[in-house]
Amino acid sequence: MNGRSESPLDSTADPLIAVEDVTVAYGDLDVLEGVSLSIERGEFVGLVGPNGAGKTTLLSAINGVANPDSGTVRVDGLPVAESPARAVSRRVATVPQDTTLAFDFSVEDVVAMGRTPYHDRLSADPDADGAVERALERTETAEFRDRSIRSLSGGERQRAVLARAFAQETPALVLDEPTASLDINHQVRTLDLVRDRVDTEGTAVLAAIHDLDLAARFCDRIAVLSDGDLLAVGSPDAVLTGDRLETAFDTATAVRSDPITGAPTVTPLSDRGETDLRVHVTGSGRTAARSIATLRRAGATVTAGVLPAGDVAAATAADLGVETVTAPPFEPVDDRTLAAIEADVAAADAVVVAGRVAPAVREVVGDGRPVVAVRSERDPERAVPGVGDIPADDGSAVGRDRGQSVAETATPLAVRETVTPPTVVDAVVEAAEQAVVADD
Amino acid sequence: MNTGSRALVWSVGMAALLCVVALVSAAIGPVRVPLPTVARAALNAVAVPTGAAFVVDSLSAFGASIPVPAVDLSYTYLFSLSVDSTHETIVRRIRLPRIVLGATVGFALATAGTVMQGFFRNSMADPSIIGVSSGAAVGAVATIALSISAPGGLQTAAFVGALLAAFAVYLIATEGGQTPVATLLLAGVAIQTFLGAVVSYLLLQAGESLDQALYWLMGRLHNATWGEVAATLPVAVVCFLALLAYARDMNVLLLGEDDAHTLGIEVERTKRLLLAVSSVVTAAAVAVAGVIGFVGLIVPHMMRLLVGPDHRILLPTSALAGGAFLVATDTLARSGPAELPVGIVTAALGAPFFLYLLRTREVHSL
Repeated sequence: MNGRSESPLDSTADPLIAVEDVTVAYGDLDVLEGVSLSIERGEFVGLVGPNGAGKTTLLSAINGVANPDSGTVRVDGLPVAESPARAVSRRVATVPQDTTLAFDFSVEDVVAMGRTPYHDRLSADPDADGAVERALERTETAEFRDRSIRSLSGGERQRAVLARAFAQETPALVLDEPTASLDINHQVRTLDLVRDRVDTEGTAVLAAIHDLDLAARFCDRIAVLSDGDLLAVGSPDAVLTGDRLETAFDTATAVRSDPITGAPTVTPLSDRGETDLRVHVTGSGRTAARSIATLRRAGATVTAGVLPAGDVAAATAADLGVETVTAPPFEPVDDRTLAAIEADVAAADAVVVAGRVAPAVREVVGDGRPVVAVRSERDPERAVPGVGDIPADDGSAVGRDRGQSVAETATPLAVRETVTPPTVVDAVVEAAEQAVVADD
Repeated sequence: MNTGSRALVWSVGMAALLCVVALVSAAIGPVRVPLPTVARAALNAVAVPTGAAFVVDSLSAFGASIPVPAVDLSYTYLFSLSVDSTHETIVRRIRLPRIVLGATVGFALATAGTVMQGFFRNSMADPSIIGVSSGAAVGAVATIALSISAPGGLQTAAFVGALLAAFAVYLIATEGGQTPVATLLLAGVAIQTFLGAVVSYLLLQAGESLDQALYWLMGRLHNATWGEVAATLPVAVVCFLALLAYARDMNVLLLGEDDAHTLGIEVERTKRLLLAVSSVVTAAAVAVAGVIGFVGLIVPHMMRLLVGPDHRILLPTSALAGGAFLVATDTLARSGPAELPVGIVTAALGAPFFLYLLRTREVHSL
C-alpha cells in the first residue's frame, strides 16, 4: 500500500493541491503559520497532529471555507481564496468531520447534493444521475439509497457522505477525521474506499487522521502538523519517529513496524510526568524493558546499556528512542563497550539496575552514582541484583540459564532501594535527592 | 418517482385542496349559496390582465407631490356564466376578496415560514422570527393611534415598518460580511421585544382608536378588497418563484454553512437573498392582514412530515397548504356567533400544536 512513497521531485507539472506559505489567524491567534504543502495527483497524504494543531483549518484553507490571512492555496491551478465557491467546489470535495444531519433526507438525496456545483439555477445537471449512481456503487451505499440518512449507523453515514464527495467528481478531496468515531472495520473500509479512489482516478487526497497507525498504513506521505507548523512531510517510515511524535504530540511514543501491514505503528506511552532527571538503566529482560518505559513515560532522560542485543529491553529502548549501548549476548563484554557507557553513567542522576547484569558492567555502573535495583514483578523473591545473587557468572551480558545460582565473583552494589518496575520512578527520584544531600 | 414529478403531483393535489376549501368557504355565511352557484360566480370573477399601460401617478406626502411610475392593467374576464345577481354580488364582492386575500396571505406566510425554518435549520422558526411582524405592528399601530395620514395608508406604513425592522435586525447581526444564524435569531428577539414596547406605548396613546389598533394586531381579513388582493398577490407570487429557484440551495444549506460552501453555495449571498425575499413576502402579508401567527410555523412543519425536507417539494406544497389553512381558519373565524379576528383562531389552533411538537419531537439546536 505504501508502494508509491514520495512523489517524484522532478515532476514538471504543478502539484494538484499547492499550499504556499499560508497563515490563518483567528483574532490574535495564528492557527496556521506559514504552512506550505504540495500534493500531487494520485497521492494520498495523511495529516496528523495533536488536537488544536490546525488540521481542520488547513483543510478549510484548501476547500475555501477559511480565507488565509497571507499565502495562497491553489487547487488544480485555481486560486481558492479569490474564486467563487462554485468553481472551487468543482475542484475539491470535502468530507466534513461532523456528518450528522438534522433533516430526513434519503441517502440518494444527500449523495445527489454532491452535484450542486454543476446545477444551473433553472436547469439541472445532465450528468447528475450517472454521477450519483457511480458514487453509490463505488461506496457500496446503493443498497440503502432510499433510507433516511438519519437511520444509518455511523459507518454507513460516513460512506454516504463519502459518496456525496465522490459524486462531486473533483480532482482533489479533503477529509476531516473520516474515521473518528467509527469502529475498526468501518475505519479500514472507509480508508480503503479513499485509497481506491486515489489509485483508480488519480485523485489528490489530504485527510486529517487521528489514528497514526491507519495514517501510516493507507497514506503515501504523512504531514505532521503541530502548533500551526508543519514539522515534517514524508513517507510514513521517515516521518513517524518517536522523537518527532514526541515533539508534535508532547507525549512519549513507541514506534515499531507492524508485523502484518509492514507500516509503522505508534504506541503512545500515556502521560508524561514531571521528572527531568537523567537516568541510566542497565539490566535485561522484561524488568529492564518496563523500567525504561516507565522512566520515559515519567519524562526522565534515559540512557541504557549495556543491554544484550536482541533482548526485549534493547528493543524497547530502541522503540522509545533511548540512547542504548548493546553487546552480543552470551559473550564477555569488551572494554570498548564498557567505556561507551561510562560517560552516560557519570552524567546520570541515578542508575537503575533491572534484571541480570554482567559483573563487568556492574562495576562500571556502581561507580559512585546512586543505584536503584529493580526486581521482577512476576517473581519478586528472585534475582535482586547487586545483593549478591546475580546469576551472571560467565561474564556475559546475560546468563543462559535462569536457574543459575549466586555468582560469587559479583561485586555487590551499594543499592539504595529495591523496587518493582511500576515504582521505579519514585525510587529514582528519592535516591537522586539523597545523593545530592550526601554530596553536600 | 423522481423529485420533479413528486413535486408536481403534490402541488396539483394541494392546489385542488385550496380550490375546494375556497369554494366551500364561499358557500358558507349568513346567506347560504349553493356550491354550483359559487363555482359559476367564482369563474365569472376570473380575469387575466390583457393590456398594460405605464402611467405616472403622483403621491402627495408632506406637502410635496412625488411622481410615481405605475402600471395600469386592463383585465379581460374569461367567463360570463349566468348567476343569480344577489348571490353573485355576495360571492364576488364580499366573500371572494376575503377568501382570495386569505389564501394569498396564508400562501405568503407559509412560504416565508418554510424558508425561515430551513434557514435557521430549525423547524420551530417562523416568518416573524427576525422582527418583520413587530415592525409591521409599529407601522400600523402608529398610523392608527397617532392618526397619521401616511401616503398609501395603513398597509404601506405596516409594509415599510416590517422591512425596516428586518433590515435593522440584519444590520445588527452582521459583522464583516458574515451573518451568523444564531446572532440573527437573538437580534430578532431583542428587536421584537423593543418594538413590542413601542407598540404598547402607542396603544396607551391611542385613545378612541384603541379598538381599531387592537383589531389590527390580532390579525384580520374582514373588509378585504380586490385592491388589497391586487397589491399582495403579485408580490407573493413573484417572491415565491424567486425562492423556488433557490430550493436546491436551501436543501444544501440544511447540511450546514461550511458544507454548503464546499458544495459550491455562496453562503452569505444566498442567506442575504433568502432573508430579503422572505422578509418582503412576510411584510406584504402582514401589511394587509395584521399579525397572523402560527400559519408560517405549523403549515411548513406539517408538510415536512408529509413530503419530507426537500424544498423543491416542500416549498410549493407548504405555500398552497398555507393558503388552504388560512381560508379554512378564516371561515371558522367568521362563521361563529360573533366574528373573531382570524389571528385568534390560528393561534388557538397553533399554540397547542406547537406544544405538541415541543414535547414529542426532537428540537434541533441552532
